[in-house]
Amino acid sequence: MSALLDVDQLLDKLEAGLRNLLEERSIKSPVLIGIRTGGVWVADIIGKRLGIEEPFGELDISFYRDDFSRIGLNPKVTPSSLPFDTEDRDIILVDDVIMSGRTIRAAMNELFDYGRPASIILATLIDLGARELPIQPDVAGQSLTLDAPQRIKLRGPDPLRIEIQTTEQ
Amino acid sequence: MTANAASPNHLQLTRDGQLRHFLTLDGLGRELLTDILDTADSFIEVGERSIKKVPLLRGRTVVNLFFEASTRTRSTFELAAKRLSADVLNLDINTSATSKGESLSDTLLNLEAMASDMFVVRHAQSGAPHFIAESVTPGVAIINAGDGRHAHPTQAMLDMLTIRQHKGRFEGLKVAIVGDILHSRVARSQIRALNELGAEQIRVIAPGTLLPKDVESLGCTVEYDMAKGMKDLDVVIMLRLQKERMEGALLPSEREFYRLYGLSQEKLALAHPECIVMHPGPINRGVEIESSVADGPQSVILNQVTNGIAIRMAVMSMAMGGQMAERQQKLNEMNERGLA
Repeated sequence: MSALLDVDQLLDKLEAGLRNLLEERSIKSPVLIGIRTGGVWVADIIGKRLGIEEPFGELDISFYRDDFSRIGLNPKVTPSSLPFDTEDRDIILVDDVIMSGRTIRAAMNELFDYGRPASIILATLIDLGARELPIQPDVAGQSLTLDAPQRIKLRGPDPLRIEIQTTEQ
Repeated sequence: MTANAASPNHLQLTRDGQLRHFLTLDGLGRELLTDILDTADSFIEVGERSIKKVPLLRGRTVVNLFFEASTRTRSTFELAAKRLSADVLNLDINTSATSKGESLSDTLLNLEAMASDMFVVRHAQSGAPHFIAESVTPGVAIINAGDGRHAHPTQAMLDMLTIRQHKGRFEGLKVAIVGDILHSRVARSQIRALNELGAEQIRVIAPGTLLPKDVESLGCTVEYDMAKGMKDLDVVIMLRLQKERMEGALLPSEREFYRLYGLSQEKLALAHPECIVMHPGPINRGVEIESSVADGPQSVILNQVTNGIAIRMAVMSMAMGGQMAERQQKLNEMNERGLA
């Protein structure tokens, strides 16, 4: 069983939230960085909507995961690519879903190995709560609480679709 | 390619197929070799950052155990471990404990007692890393940095990475390995890797005295005439003449060897115009390769060195990850049994 979320509505809300925040903080030329895989798809769309012409960056956080000592290295790691210097830049870090917050912790550690950004804004399409670290998105398309047998599945990149799947227990 | 008598994989791989030691390429399939190359690609990117370090091996201790001299291999292993944030201990065994009479096993057990997580081992005896992994310190990840005439798997994999970077593929490639095949652990590992990754032709070019018996059984063809062997080549790998390992009169003279098997501009011109020139180093200019070829536009010898760091980071992090994942799995199983 699965239900679809209205992706356009979530993207509208994310875009509006980001526009407000950028204006509030007087940020003129932010750069986007998406976390692989879903975050990259969202960053691509949001970048076009915000009219950011600079190409967005892509982070693969495999080398920074905190469960390496439990499960080993992800064999499908791909090179991160940041086509700009992050030093003193205002960064919008984008992921599809935030839950425990561990991915964002890893992503920020990785980012700082490229230089010292001026600021980082965290934007996620969906906030599932269930945080294990003190990390919160600045902007989210929607907050959701899932029941135990429910899982969220993002498909993309074009068209971007979000399904809530319910597994039989 | 004939199957090897005893597959070393029960030793090298965890139950779910992750690397936990890296002893030989024998028995490692195309998928795992490709994973190693892909992971190394990601580490190349790390080497271009302002901070060239990732935290994967933070808090782990890596011991470089070199029972045989080495500059390039040892320093790239050291750099690789440091870029993975490990603590590194370099031991030149010739000048330490063993010269006071301590046995190899005792030296290793002492190092294990210092909470070492990984040994990078180079040894003149074929099979030494295998022996250590199997019988001495099974809980420590063992990386083979060259054992006797047997294998030098990280060198072969960095060569594969270099070939893939320049040619984009292995299918359809014609590759030759030239020179002292007899004493070369590198050649054995290269032939193994090239076969597994699907190269079209692997030729060894050497005088009969510098070829091992039954070399064809490794999965290659033999050519004694270099001019013939160079035809249509996409990759030519020159080997160092290992004078220190030679016993008896295997060669008439260095000059004669160079005339017949040295890579000169004229001989290189017989290959495909985009043929790349490789050499595991250290190079003997004027013995196996002409200076202007080693420094020329088709040479990728220095790329090989850079790639060596990335390949070693890949292998070390994969093996360490496999070791730790396995430890965690055993712990979980013990807990489950305790609860049941």
